[in-house]
Amino acid sequence: MAKAPRTVEPPKPNRERPAEPSAYAATQDELVRFYKDMLLIRRFEEKAGQLYGLGLIGGFCHLYIGQEAVAVGLQSALSDKDSVITGYRDHGHMLLCGIPPQDVMAELTGRQAGISKGKGGSMHMFSVEHKFYGGHGIVGAQVSLGTGLAFSHKYAEDGGVCLAYFGDGASNQGQVYESFNMAELWKLPIIYVIENNQYAMGTSVNRSSAEDQLYRRGESFRIPGIQVDGMDVLACRGAAEEALAWVRAGKGPIILEMKTYRYRGHSMSDPAKYRSRDEVQAVRDKSDPIEHVKKMLQEAGMTDDELKSFDQEIRKTVNEAADFAEQTPEPDETELYTDVLVESY
Amino acid sequence: MGIEIKMPALSPTMEEGTLAKWLIKEGDEVKSGDIMAEIETDKATMEFEAVDEGIVGKILVAEGTDNVKVGTVIMTLAGEGDDATASIERQPEPAAQAGKDDTLVEKAAEPVPHKVETGARQIFEAAKHDAEVTDPDVPAGTEMVKITLREALRDAMAEEMRADERVFVMGEEVAQYQGAYKVTQGLLDEFGDKRVIDTPITEYGFAGVGTGAAMGGLRPIVEFMTFNFAMQAIDHIVNSAAKTNYMSGGQMRCPIVFRGPNGAASRVGAQHSQNYAPWYASVPGLIVIAPYDAADAKGLLKAAIRSQDPVVFLENELLYGRTFEVPKLDDWVLPIGKARVMREGSDVTIVSYSIGVGLALEAAAKLAEEGIDVEVVDLRTLRPLDKATVLKSLAKTNRMVVAEEGWPTCSIASEIVAICMEEGFDDLDAPVIRVANEDVPMPYAANLEKQALISSDKIVAAVKKVTYRS
Repeated sequence: MAKAPRTVEPPKPNRERPAEPSAYAATQDELVRFYKDMLLIRRFEEKAGQLYGLGLIGGFCHLYIGQEAVAVGLQSALSDKDSVITGYRDHGHMLLCGIPPQDVMAELTGRQAGISKGKGGSMHMFSVEHKFYGGHGIVGAQVSLGTGLAFSHKYAEDGGVCLAYFGDGASNQGQVYESFNMAELWKLPIIYVIENNQYAMGTSVNRSSAEDQLYRRGESFRIPGIQVDGMDVLACRGAAEEALAWVRAGKGPIILEMKTYRYRGHSMSDPAKYRSRDEVQAVRDKSDPIEHVKKMLQEAGMTDDELKSFDQEIRKTVNEAADFAEQTPEPDETELYTDVLVESY
Repeated sequence: MGIEIKMPALSPTMEEGTLAKWLIKEGDEVKSGDIMAEIETDKATMEFEAVDEGIVGKILVAEGTDNVKVGTVIMTLAGEGDDATASIERQPEPAAQAGKDDTLVEKAAEPVPHKVETGARQIFEAAKHDAEVTDPDVPAGTEMVKITLREALRDAMAEEMRADERVFVMGEEVAQYQGAYKVTQGLLDEFGDKRVIDTPITEYGFAGVGTGAAMGGLRPIVEFMTFNFAMQAIDHIVNSAAKTNYMSGGQMRCPIVFRGPNGAASRVGAQHSQNYAPWYASVPGLIVIAPYDAADAKGLLKAAIRSQDPVVFLENELLYGRTFEVPKLDDWVLPIGKARVMREGSDVTIVSYSIGVGLALEAAAKLAEEGIDVEVVDLRTLRPLDKATVLKSLAKTNRMVVAEEGWPTCSIASEIVAICMEEGFDDLDAPVIRVANEDVPMPYAANLEKQALISSDKIVAAVKKVTYRS
């Protein structure tokens, strides 16, 4: 009796797929902007880490250092109709939405001038004005909420797309798949961005995920996925272009798995014993997203002086934000009781 | 002798229905599975199948008859070997007599007891109490119309959907099926599938989608088939919806209504019989409403949909089919956060909400016969709680019992007791007593369910205790 042939790869589904994205061909100006945006996030987060060490920032504080190319590449492709939502590692995404650094930093120090009047903290920041919808502390919640934002874009017919970020850890939450199902059923305009930084707190993807190729996680919902080099801002932007074209054409949701790496611990209180110093150093040396663009700018003829002036300009912005955040007053005690409800009953 | 076929109960709470259509006639042969009749309730039209084989004897209730009580003999069926005609001849006897004697007509139509005494049926029956209740919110001279609680809720949603394009309904079976409990009946036809949306069975997911849509500027009404299933979604209700406004320093709102049946239904056991009012009422940032009658349900649901805050709106399945008077006004909206004195009294106050109010009114009627004058306060909104009305009533009667269809521990009743201790101590002539369900998961067995649930007799006993009459 003849054996049935073994299938190594599952058969290719006979439905439309997005094209393989190509690296974005950035102009010199765009490349400078990507560089500055990534540098702003890096310096902002380094400063936040310092302020945490000084006791000026409390609680949990999750830094985005190492992952800058993902948010910069993706969000540079958005229009002002689009909305952004993410989890608790949110500082970088906020800066890219145009929220002033001092508003974010003052929230981190718990001050009245913070974006949430000091009542949200690092994990809970929002700006409806900038179409940034949080800033959510419950792992995976932003996936359902983002799907709801996409629902509102479609309902209002405003042409907007929701960019919903979550991590490799959140990708194992049940509500993610409940959301995938509804998003595809209703063809909602949403890009699910899995920021795969390889570790859900201390648990590596391979230890937690039966299917560790996370871009495939939408297959059983017919949602196509693309795996992207999340350390390369041009690859990120290229993927965003492809994903936006797919979603804006009314083809429903799409998944982007961004392979990235966080240099720091999960939060400030994480000693990161689950990986070696060498591993982190190797990524920094070989794949740093900022160094990568810096090299490109140098090759394009930008002088060290010019690059240094960008750095100085950004350091100045960050220092001013930090000074402001340290000096501006804490919320008035009466604020304890405000904003619980909108209306009076 | 043929088999008597009785008007079936098509749901645990159905009491009567319309015999819409006979699909058989006398003398027909039927086999098990044949559809014999169509029966209509306020919820749905159901087909009534034959269980036994036989020849149709006498049809005793004509098609088109309304209000046929469950258990009424509607036809006879001659079994194998029976003489169908003989059965027909024997059957008309009571009917013939009935023509002469009115009391016998009543008797013939009286349902044969077919159901066990369950606790849920008992609270359902008791809560039916047809007491004169005061309603200071209705302008004098307003015409009142009788509608069911289910219709009142539907009307509230439909009116608000007509008025505001941003309002939509989502949930399991809300659209094509017309609602698992028929609360959304007709909404799909009027508003279409853009605004009346069937979801997959995915509570956590669609509660999050609804919450996100509210953050994005829409006005979602999320229906849970029952609040028991909202346990899967409680994270979004509490963590996402309730806290957002505060965490954002007042700039990001979440105007959403989570609604559905709450509390004990009939014989559905522990996982489907729970009152979540105390859970949600403990969360700052939420509005929690649990109305008793249809007028309050309508007026408060409209207010809930208009509110800029997230609202948990707890309905009671046992009351859905109950008819109440609702004011005939173009825009009947009630204030959130205001209790209602359902009945004025001077000796003692019973504070309650939801189906407990019906029990309290029944207890008050029983106590009136014994000369105890009871005031009944319906909290209606559980968060924010109308402390002022509770304390005012306490100051008037100096004695209080709190009746709650739910567990006693950490309950709304516990909260009322605490309020009375902290702010009404000087007005108390006796300790405030909680009357609630037993502190156990809801049992299935009819007798145990009955034992577990609150009853008007238990309320009566508590009132006697605080008035030192026991």
